Amino acid sequence: MASHQSRPSRRLAPYAFLSPAVVLFALFFALPIGYALYLSFRSVQVKGLGLGSHARTEVWAGLSNYASAISDPELLAGSGRTLLYGALLVPAMLGAALLLALLLDTPRVRLGALSRLAIFLPYAVPGIVASLLWGFLYLPTVSPGYFLLDRAGLGGPDLLHGNGLFVALANIAVWGGTGFNMIVIYTSLRAVPAELYEAARLDGASELQIALRIKIPMVLPSLVLTFFFSMIATLQVFSEPMTLKPLTNSMNSTWSPLMKVYRDAFVQGDIHSAAATSVVIAAATLVLSFSFLKLVNNRSDGGS
Amino acid sequence: MHRRLALATAATLCGALALTACGSSGSGSDAAGPAAGPVKLTFWSWTPNMDKVAAIWNAAHPDIQVSVQKQASGDDLVTKTITAAKAGNAPDLLQAEYQALPTLVSNDVLADIAKQTAGTKDRFAAGVWQQVTLGSDAVYAVPEDTAPLALYYRQDLFQQYGLKVPTTWAEFADAARQLKQKDPAKALTTFSANDSGLFAGLAQQAGAKWWTSSGETWKVGIDDAAGKKVADFWGGLVKEGAIDNQPMYTPAWSKALNDGSQIAWVSAVWAPGVFTSSAPDTKGKWAIAPLPQWNAGESVTGSWGGSTTGVTTGAAKAGHADAAAQFATWLNTDPEAVAALVKEAGIYPAATAAQSGGALAAAPEFFANQPDFYTQAAAIAKNTAPAAWGPNVNVAYSTFKDAFGKAAQEKGDFSAALTAMQQATVADLKKNGFKTEG
Repeated sequence: MASHQSRPSRRLAPYAFLSPAVVLFALFFALPIGYALYLSFRSVQVKGLGLGSHARTEVWAGLSNYASAISDPELLAGSGRTLLYGALLVPAMLGAALLLALLLDTPRVRLGALSRLAIFLPYAVPGIVASLLWGFLYLPTVSPGYFLLDRAGLGGPDLLHGNGLFVALANIAVWGGTGFNMIVIYTSLRAVPAELYEAARLDGASELQIALRIKIPMVLPSLVLTFFFSMIATLQVFSEPMTLKPLTNSMNSTWSPLMKVYRDAFVQGDIHSAAATSVVIAAATLVLSFSFLKLVNNRSDGGS
Repeated sequence: MHRRLALATAATLCGALALTACGSSGSGSDAAGPAAGPVKLTFWSWTPNMDKVAAIWNAAHPDIQVSVQKQASGDDLVTKTITAAKAGNAPDLLQAEYQALPTLVSNDVLADIAKQTAGTKDRFAAGVWQQVTLGSDAVYAVPEDTAPLALYYRQDLFQQYGLKVPTTWAEFADAARQLKQKDPAKALTTFSANDSGLFAGLAQQAGAKWWTSSGETWKVGIDDAAGKKVADFWGGLVKEGAIDNQPMYTPAWSKALNDGSQIAWVSAVWAPGVFTSSAPDTKGKWAIAPLPQWNAGESVTGSWGGSTTGVTTGAAKAGHADAAAQFATWLNTDPEAVAALVKEAGIYPAATAAQSGGALAAAPEFFANQPDFYTQAAAIAKNTAPAAWGPNVNVAYSTFKDAFGKAAQEKGDFSAALTAMQQATVADLKKNGFKTEG
């Protein structure tokens, strides 16, 4: 055994296994992040009218990109809008996912497999396509929904302006995301040992009581997980508001933090301040995610 | 154990091979040296069927072969080209809108082709040529198409509601009010905040000069008297509810054009293409008229878009500037090439000789009711106000969308939105180290 371990091939094996992952990670993850960090400390300075060759030079900018990123009121306002959107979206989506998972897990369910597939299907529709379709439905003069409401003598809500916009955006994400979260919760429901239910039924518990007292506490870890994923997805919301933007006057180009990064980099051509803003957003996301995980861990430790 | 190790090594090798394959594909686009065989040029363009026009050139010029790579139009291409130029992968020839030229020149993307294009100046209107020189002795591109503004209106509905085709903006406002009175469900047109080019064209007509330079200093005049006049005019119409305030190019907007809820559109000479796809049911019902004027009796218009063909600094470094400039000049001045552009791509050529007769003798199919469509267009184009672009049009345009979108929705203060646009533009110039006033 000892002689085996000293053979060089044996010592090299782990590195051989690791190297593809390490190389890919370094090339396509660490390197771009490093480059973004580098860009965030640089800026462009122009000589004279800025025309002709060599009029622009890249210079060291220190922390000035960060200072202007943090002091820009639009970044803060965008974060506020994103949080409000998340406050609508996450409870609605996870609530619906949990309810559907519990319903599918009841003993007398019919057409379970078909229903699971039907609920999951919207998740397979790309976010841009979903937003385009919903955008069509939100425009009163072309939407069949508004047509029916109009026929019934009712006025439809204005979903493209003011607070309606938050509902409109959250609705797209609920429609697209409920199925995925439902599957995660449902899978962990199936892993609950059947003896627990038997014992509860012998004690005279109803299906509702089983759901509230056994199933929900048992799937709490998956609820935490889905909440965690939803939170990160919310902070990174981009394609839905970007797709609805051309349809409405009420959504500006800095509606969400990532939209501001996009505008700075690809519309206004300032990759340096866009890089600084991305770093700020990434740091804020990390802090929020880890403090959430820490909070959850502390509470579960205290409970045990 | 040995088999596993072998597999792992194989996997590593595969990964490495895949990476090498990835890395080498980017460097295959190097043009052949000037001595070896024909000069090969790449051309980034969004004009439909540009490859067919280039094929005419390629057949006649075996020593200079141009290959067209189709691109998305507008601001995205500007960003893409600047990035490509930094990486040394820029094409040799590039289609660019007039307002993007200063940005591209400032980022060292476009080469000065004054030497190669001597003598082409007279083929174009002075106001158009001035935009490719940026007011200097240099020439940064050859004009391809222009887009003078005009008024499009529904002939049948104007007659039905007893409206007179407006010749001044005051008459335009009256027509909007009269229509609202007769049928509150209809609107003459909409003020759209999602395309800054239209507002820029309207401001040019009023005499605005958004960017001017003297010596080493840029002057930004977005919120000068002319711009304020235009902003207040449209803001007033939106505020009193005489016109709609929702954006263009949405499904709802197409429907409004198609079902006659909106009966006029201030647009450029390329509008027939938009009508064909957005309002197919109204074929033969629209007509073109000169843009309404600020003073009765005048005939000035502005532009909304239009593009040029430029030669990149990359091509110049590779020694291909002469060949590329030769193609750019041919494409936009040779009668055969321009006729092909009109026929295959439906552009409105910048070369003045091509603006009437030839391929433009017949009206667009959608305007069969107006056989003299292009004669009218040429008369409108004759007096196009010059545009004055600067190095950060993209910043001004994106601020326009946000500020005017908000003002239009709230039916609020349009001249405050114009001031916001001015301030953001000046602040951006200052941040980048430009000397500015205004």
